[in-house]
Amino acid sequence: MATQTPVTVILDETVATRPRLTALQILHDWVTTVDHKKIGLMYIGYALIFLVIGGLEAILMRIQLAVPNNAFVTPQVFNRLFTMHGTTMVFFVGMPILFGFGNYLIPLMIGARDMAFPRLNAFSFWIAAFGGLLLYFSYFGGSGLYGAGTAPDVGWWAYAPLTAKAFSPGHSTDYWTLSILIAGIGSIGTALNIVATAICMRCPGMKLSRMPLLVWLYLVMSMMVFVTISPLTAAQIMLLLDRYLGSHFFDTQAGGSAVLWMHYFWIFGHPEVYILVLPAFAFANEIIPVFSRKAIFGYPAMVAASVGIGFISLSVWAHHMFTVGMGAGANTFFVLATMTISVPTGIKIFNWLATIWGGKVHYKVAMMFAVGFLFQFLVAGLTGIMLGSAPFDWQLSGSYFVVAHFHYVLVGAILFMVFAAFYYWYPKMTGRLLNETLGKWHFWLFLIGFHLTFDFMHIPGVLGMPRRIYTYEADRGWMILNMITSSGAFFQAAGTLIFVYNLIWSYFKGPVAGPDPWDAWTLEWSTSSPPPTYNFAAIPSVDSRRPLWDLKHPEDTDNNYE
Amino acid sequence: MFAIAMWTNLVILMTPDILRGRTSIFSPAATPAHSIFGLSTLVLSFTSGIFLVVGGLLLFAIIRFRHRPSDPHAAQEPAQIYGSAQIELSWTVVPILIVFVLFLATARVIYSTEHAPKPPNSLDVIVIGHQFWWEYRYPKLGIVTANELHIPVSNPRNRTPTYLTMSSADTDHNFWVPQLAGKMDVIPNKVNTMWIDPATPGLYLGQCAQYCGTQHAKMLLRVYADTPTEFAAWVAHQRQPVSQDAVASEGRDVFQHNACISCHTIAGTVATGRFGPDLTHLASRETIASGSVANKPQNIRSFVADPSHFKPGALMPPMHLNDHDLDAVTAYLTSLK
Repeated sequence: MATQTPVTVILDETVATRPRLTALQILHDWVTTVDHKKIGLMYIGYALIFLVIGGLEAILMRIQLAVPNNAFVTPQVFNRLFTMHGTTMVFFVGMPILFGFGNYLIPLMIGARDMAFPRLNAFSFWIAAFGGLLLYFSYFGGSGLYGAGTAPDVGWWAYAPLTAKAFSPGHSTDYWTLSILIAGIGSIGTALNIVATAICMRCPGMKLSRMPLLVWLYLVMSMMVFVTISPLTAAQIMLLLDRYLGSHFFDTQAGGSAVLWMHYFWIFGHPEVYILVLPAFAFANEIIPVFSRKAIFGYPAMVAASVGIGFISLSVWAHHMFTVGMGAGANTFFVLATMTISVPTGIKIFNWLATIWGGKVHYKVAMMFAVGFLFQFLVAGLTGIMLGSAPFDWQLSGSYFVVAHFHYVLVGAILFMVFAAFYYWYPKMTGRLLNETLGKWHFWLFLIGFHLTFDFMHIPGVLGMPRRIYTYEADRGWMILNMITSSGAFFQAAGTLIFVYNLIWSYFKGPVAGPDPWDAWTLEWSTSSPPPTYNFAAIPSVDSRRPLWDLKHPEDTDNNYE
Repeated sequence: MFAIAMWTNLVILMTPDILRGRTSIFSPAATPAHSIFGLSTLVLSFTSGIFLVVGGLLLFAIIRFRHRPSDPHAAQEPAQIYGSAQIELSWTVVPILIVFVLFLATARVIYSTEHAPKPPNSLDVIVIGHQFWWEYRYPKLGIVTANELHIPVSNPRNRTPTYLTMSSADTDHNFWVPQLAGKMDVIPNKVNTMWIDPATPGLYLGQCAQYCGTQHAKMLLRVYADTPTEFAAWVAHQRQPVSQDAVASEGRDVFQHNACISCHTIAGTVATGRFGPDLTHLASRETIASGSVANKPQNIRSFVADPSHFKPGALMPPMHLNDHDLDAVTAYLTSLK
């Protein structure tokens, strides 16, 4: 141990003297940066802008659906809204915000000075950002043909043959295809970077078995990105060939297969859900132990469950296709695969429960969001089992029940954990704590809004309401439920506004955080807040999973229990 | 079987009114919907049980183990527990057992529905999805109709189920009448089948459940389960030659001298188009525009004048007829009994 730098001396005590820069210099600095922290923050800021845009689209849709036979928007506009909402939220909010946190945190948590490939990192960010801009540029450049729409209106799955030239003339579908194709290049680049960083850049003493669970989950998630973005990219290229070079992969008028697109899309689309949810698990793995004041329960089981989820999730895609007519054999296989994935997922919930058990839970806003996540993810998992039971799915698939189910995952689990991550790591990123009172308003408004919207959204699905309809018949008994659903959207919007206000206000007025405001245990809390460009004055070395715990409790160090 | 039937009936009796609507999956009226309903109550009872146990433990833990500033040991860290192989094993094995049971129950319903033997006296109907309406062809009866599917009720002792053979003429659609069966995709260049056997006569509602284009929302489904006599009468009526009402001859001329005939068929006339619904017995239907408005002369007139009045995005163009011709065509279409 004598050759290793003890963890104590890594806090850089030199006073940072920052020269005042002009606006142009600051802009130049951000545009040309290869610093993982700045790139991470740009990912996050970019995703937040799209979160607001996607949220506004959702609100417009909810106003339209509040009452039957509403004429607030035309069907054409409504179809563009749900296509843009889905595409935006998955590709230009979910992916970048999670990559942003990963970029920021992974080098800090493994004691590295940057990602493995800083230039690739900058390239990945900018190309993904360009993809998002391209998608929205379709509002200006999409028409191309008189009478054809502007923004894409084919749904975020863009099922063939609706995307064929015959049914979607103009260029809106091409903007959709190209923006996803390009964002996918960025995703692959960042995933590659995360894998290389986690494998090669860990500080001395940090064996894989000591790597923070957050990094483990990002590692699994990035491996999944390789496997799943590739078929998506292939499918987008095939679609472009169909549309412009006369090939017939998905062109059913000329012998192509609509089902082929579904397979390509969902072999990406289902693992994509796990790509988005694994980082949410990652945040929970860091936040729940710190605020429960206990080590994570069952670290090896958590790693095994994550890797298990990674593998199994690659074999469940066709549960999105139970109504396609695959035949009883294929349906049965995908029922089994789908239900199997609930086992490692259950292990995770039980381990978080056991982590809280016997702890002393401090209800800071970050932990409140994490507790919301636990309950909501439990419900989302259970409705997932219902949907995984194929005959039950024959009724529920494509209905509002499914919409409610996946929003329970994407909002109730992922967005809640992203909010928790903001409250937890904002002090590290800015040096100031977020305001807890505003945070509590944000939490309660968002929680109420979430449950008003997404609890009640399950029921119209059971009552026969399909998704993606711009209006519905008055005699179906769906109105009251839709009104409640719509009302919740405004609570969520109010909560989000408070959150954005808090982000700005606390940047200037929040209490100064210091290096370690939560009395936490991982390496990012050993350096100053915000960390210097080089992260650590000296590369730290560790000899357990919780280096800062060892430092604070030399009488009872962690490595006795590994 | 008897026990399952009793259990299902008991659950149906206990189902609250809101879930017993005409498009509710919890108000089954045919065998496939019934067996799904039975399975769904089983899955629901398992998942609710899990929710109560795990949710209850979570709720207990977050309250019981909260940090209490009044606690004399508040400043002290709690005991650090790193894990337990036995506990991990138990909460791995128990879910595996639950999953196994649910899987077997599910597989049984999949096979009993998809591999059900087809009785010899079942009715065959070809369903073709179009943007944004349904075409129904009865190959053995020589009937072609649209948007309102008539089938005979099926007597449980002498079953006469209806087998639907489905495909699409354009984009993907989905046939969903929740009281009768689960969904089945209607996909171009692929043939799917499903069967339904309602025992009670009546009208069953549903709608297209796969996004198929601009007017997906108003691609409604109406399935009329007729008693054997009613069905025989309906068949006889549909097989009659087209009405040649002299009063409507002017409208017929307008119809036949406009683009109408390139998309619509009226059997026995020059109108042989197949892009739009068959109109041979249009007046015998209760609704027009794929179930979205009642079949009344003024609605037909508005629809012909401008289809986007009821269905923005409908593929039929506005016909630009003058008022006189509109009235004549409306009279003609209304005469197609």
